[in-house]
Amino acid sequence: MARVSTPARSRVLRRRETKSAYMFLLPSLVFFLAFVIVPMVLCVYTSFFDSTMGKETRDVFIGFGNYIELFRDSVFLRALKNTIIIVVVSVPITCIFSLWISSAIYQMPGKLLSFFRIVFYLPVITGSVAVTVVWKWMFNNYYGIFNYLGTQTGLISQRINWLGDERYALGCIILILLTTSVGQPIVLYVSALGNVDSSLIEAAEVDGATDLQVFWKIKWPNIMPTTLYILIITTINSFQCFALIQLLTSGGPNHSTDTVMYYIYYTAFKLYRYGYGNAMGVVLAIFIAVLSAIQFRLGREK
Amino acid sequence: MDTRRHGVHHLSAYRIFCLVVLFILAFLFLFPLYWIVTGAFKTAQEVNSVTPVWWPQQWTMANFQKLMSRQSAPLWEIHLPFSSGLTKDGSSLILSAGPVLPAAVRWLINTVFMSLMAMILTCVTATMAGYALAKKRFAGQTILFALIVAAMALPKQVITIPLIREMSNLKLYNTIWAVIFPTVGWPFGVFLMRQFSETVPQEMLEAARIDGASEARTFTQIVVPMVKPGIGALAIFTFIQNWNDYFMQLIMLSSTNNLTISLGIAKLQAENSTDFGLIMAGAALASVPILIVFLVFQKYFTQGIAMGAVKG
Repeated sequence: MARVSTPARSRVLRRRETKSAYMFLLPSLVFFLAFVIVPMVLCVYTSFFDSTMGKETRDVFIGFGNYIELFRDSVFLRALKNTIIIVVVSVPITCIFSLWISSAIYQMPGKLLSFFRIVFYLPVITGSVAVTVVWKWMFNNYYGIFNYLGTQTGLISQRINWLGDERYALGCIILILLTTSVGQPIVLYVSALGNVDSSLIEAAEVDGATDLQVFWKIKWPNIMPTTLYILIITTINSFQCFALIQLLTSGGPNHSTDTVMYYIYYTAFKLYRYGYGNAMGVVLAIFIAVLSAIQFRLGREK
Repeated sequence: MDTRRHGVHHLSAYRIFCLVVLFILAFLFLFPLYWIVTGAFKTAQEVNSVTPVWWPQQWTMANFQKLMSRQSAPLWEIHLPFSSGLTKDGSSLILSAGPVLPAAVRWLINTVFMSLMAMILTCVTATMAGYALAKKRFAGQTILFALIVAAMALPKQVITIPLIREMSNLKLYNTIWAVIFPTVGWPFGVFLMRQFSETVPQEMLEAARIDGASEARTFTQIVVPMVKPGIGALAIFTFIQNWNDYFMQLIMLSSTNNLTISLGIAKLQAENSTDFGLIMAGAALASVPILIVFLVFQKYFTQGIAMGAVKG
């Protein structure tokens, strides 16, 4: 937008434009500042205090005390490890799975395409609570269909207490998380693949390129921005995994399914240690920011 | 759309394999929903049978009756935000009306009200702000945009601890507004609407200005009609997002009258962890309405999130 005008006139215009811009921004800014920016600042601020409900003196400044405690807290470290496992397992699977589904469906006739798109989006729509309670039933030791099918087909020799067994609980959580996280990537990939210039693909096919070559040389570079976006949102979502944990296992058995998000909730709203909870929040935020930045870098380089 | 460019003419073995796998996966993704809806109509024996009952032998309403008979609440009850100055004891004004109904109905009404309110407020504020960010040049623009992008990349839940104190200071804690306001403030909508507003041609805005149209008129007559697809996508997105934002609801709401349907089922589950029939009835009540909303508006939705991301 190049605008040629004399400096004096432009300043008057500029000021008028600023004024009118803020008139439009005002309603949104009020909410954004009051309920996003202020709490963010407070979150960082409170993380330097011992702010615990029920104590005599509220809010004692302890510097990095909460952060130091954090990295000695074995429950937190376990929660961090679990969170990283969830992210490392679920993010690549989500991306590859949704890319495969999208490649398989994006050229289908409209009706079939929207059928598949809706079906894979269903768990997002029905909401974490409804999804979680039905999975809890399906994983149930006595009345669940997994144990029934497993024992009937001979895959498992005896009933497994899926959610109550340290060896399986986290795996079950990840499985449910996967079903709720592929919906949006599929919608995004279908539209990105549809936008790839079809003349390029046709030209390559005329030249005798295989499907695989077409994918790697033409489609993949073209959908790179979408992949990047999907990587980042999936990472953020996986880090925030909470409802599943709270409703299915409450972090148990023996902290094997504790995630940072759940531990923050537990610390702040069960133990009422706000300062400590906020410190965890800050660490989580830094983690996510660093990961997003790395993903962004890697994506840009390619 | 150039569908079936490759499709029909070489239906290779690989393509048939894909189709089979896709249908199996689709079945697996549909199954939980099927299990909720049929489970809600099964008798206690069928629900608690070790051998699964795949199809209810006799459809029963017992689970729904149980769900409806648990607690009750007035049909309509709304806290006026920021009204504490108006009352003598400093508590919020509460308007309530209507007959006493089962609490589950109230939860559903709360959820609908919450999602609708958040949707309307978000759409209005985000469309205005998105337009200003895309089409106007003003002091502080770069900083504001950087703040918005940074905030979007952060996990929303991290800010809930300070938020809860803020809400109690504002006397909004344990009212539906404590869930609504932070979602309205969340900058995703502004970001999305900025992308859509970019598509409005600058010449049209200039022409309107030369014709002497006021700012408000330019916005409502030219910008809004052009970014309508964006507004539609944002509306449905916010609605679903709010309906399912369990974490925020859990933190901010506690009294029985104020619960949302998600919290209601979570509560049912905590209190009767093995009465799966009752819990499935609650889950059906929570998921079927939102599912219908989605199916009705899904065209705008899939178009919208794809468009927003492509431009982003």
